Amino acid sequence: MKYKSQKVAYWFFALSMLLLVLQLVYGFVMGFARIGFDNLHEFVPFNTARAVHTNLLVVWLLSGFMGAAYYIIPEEAQRELVSVKLAYVQLISLAVVGVVAVVGFHFNYWEGRKFLEIPRPLDFLVVINVLLFLGLILVTLFKGKRRTTTALVLSMGLLFAALLYLPGMLPFDSQVMDSFFRWWVVHLWVEGVWELIMGGILSFLLIKLTGVDREVIEKWLYVIVGLTFLSGVLGTGHHYYYIGVNKIWLIVGGIFSALEPLAFLAMALFAVNMYRKGEKKHPNKLALYWTLGAAIVSFVGAGLLGFAHTLPQTNLYTHGTLVTAMHAHLAFWGAYGMIVLAIISYSLPNMTGRKLYLTPRGRAAFWFSNIGMVGMTVAFGVAGVVQVYLERKFGMDFMAVQKEVSIHFVVLIICASVFTTGIIMYIIEFYKHGRPTDEALEASLE
Amino acid sequence: MLSKKQARAFFLGGTLVTFLIFIGLTIYSFSKGNDQSNHENITESVVRGKMIWESNNCMGCHTLLGEGAYYAPELTKVIDRLNMKYNGQGEEVIKSILMSPVPWQPNGRKMVAYDMTEQEAEDVVEFFRWIGEIDLNGFDRIVSPLAKEDNNN
Repeated sequence: MKYKSQKVAYWFFALSMLLLVLQLVYGFVMGFARIGFDNLHEFVPFNTARAVHTNLLVVWLLSGFMGAAYYIIPEEAQRELVSVKLAYVQLISLAVVGVVAVVGFHFNYWEGRKFLEIPRPLDFLVVINVLLFLGLILVTLFKGKRRTTTALVLSMGLLFAALLYLPGMLPFDSQVMDSFFRWWVVHLWVEGVWELIMGGILSFLLIKLTGVDREVIEKWLYVIVGLTFLSGVLGTGHHYYYIGVNKIWLIVGGIFSALEPLAFLAMALFAVNMYRKGEKKHPNKLALYWTLGAAIVSFVGAGLLGFAHTLPQTNLYTHGTLVTAMHAHLAFWGAYGMIVLAIISYSLPNMTGRKLYLTPRGRAAFWFSNIGMVGMTVAFGVAGVVQVYLERKFGMDFMAVQKEVSIHFVVLIICASVFTTGIIMYIIEFYKHGRPTDEALEASLE
Repeated sequence: MLSKKQARAFFLGGTLVTFLIFIGLTIYSFSKGNDQSNHENITESVVRGKMIWESNNCMGCHTLLGEGAYYAPELTKVIDRLNMKYNGQGEEVIKSILMSPVPWQPNGRKMVAYDMTEQEAEDVVEFFRWIGEIDLNGFDRIVSPLAKEDNNN
């Protein structure tokens, strides 16, 4: 850690961890409901659990991205954050909006639009919160001594993420239009601008961990984010195949979303090559595990599994089935969950001064969570494929099929328990690092 | 070998071009003659039905146009499906489920008891009727009972 103000990142990461645990709790509520144990139905019906599960995902990842930005930007811009106090105000307001939204979901206070369930008045608070965050980051960047590509790509990703939230607030009478513009937010976030954020964090970590020349890493960063947008923007079309818009999207979406795995492949190759090329042997091996893991698992989860059902001919049968849940779990975990855990693993010893680099618990956290998530992906995948054949091909009734696939949700719960064990171990490691301190300023190994 | 400047040009140029094409295709999709969203048949009742659909987060369990949570049945062609199952009484069955003061429990999986008024239930049915008439590029056939009949034969 080079600047005192970087410490603010710690509290964003702590909020992330808290929300991640809550997300898992609601995941279990849904898993048990699927095998017939929905005893909490009166208080937490499935639609509440689902809204909480997905919205907490978004908020813990955003909190992680914000923490990453507060850690990375001062170091890249070579100056302190312009206002630490305002950063704390932003953190508290983010937590308050998140808590109000989650509590509201239990009392039918929501919009009922997949992934964007947060009710409209809270949407405006989210916008104010994000504007404050962006103001702090961008002013720090432009007042800084240098403007690196890594910092620019990260900031650009965060700025576009904020702008793209707006189409989701447009009111429509038509379900088709509503859905169409909702994907402007959801798809262009996760298969567009969030990849800029991921690329920026990945680039920062590779520079620090491998010692490869910044110019080389940042050149390839441009190529990767270029590929992301080249395929991802028009790849939005794969959400438009069967929602009531023109057939042109079958062609455009089909071609460009088939190219989307290329960006993730490039990212995986880039990370592995930089690691091989690097001569610096940074002792924080755990951060390296998470960094390379994020690049590789995102290629499998987002790239390959996305491709598995992205062609219109396949998607005609898999659209609206558990196959989507299979892809979504590994994609979010690999691309965004793991990169947040990577930057936490890297920055935590630097902020606290405690060099718990590769403890057995830290290593176990990595393997348990990854093996658990792969198992969950397989369980969703098998259930999804069975659902496609029985329901879509052989015409069985939806509920009859759900009974047939319920055994796969038992497997899902077992794998989710392994995953949760990994996450709990990660959080224990987080706690064991202690609080951030100014004494860590000189002690950190950059 | 690619320089950093060229890489940046590739990123900025590619992004700008694809985004412009994306905007162009969006305008094309909803222009007269190309719009297949059944927009012209939206009534006040359909709009009210959509609001009820959203304010109760029905998508948190069901899917509609293939979008939702995969916990409860796809409702795009729900009227057709229930008409087949209940001898043409599909709309009445939907209304009775929505107006029920106790949870509907098909195969043990519970639905929230919404206890709606007759008017509210009618609005939701109107919304489903409107949804069922959208041209979905073939997906309607996959989720409709008629296509399932064909698949079975």
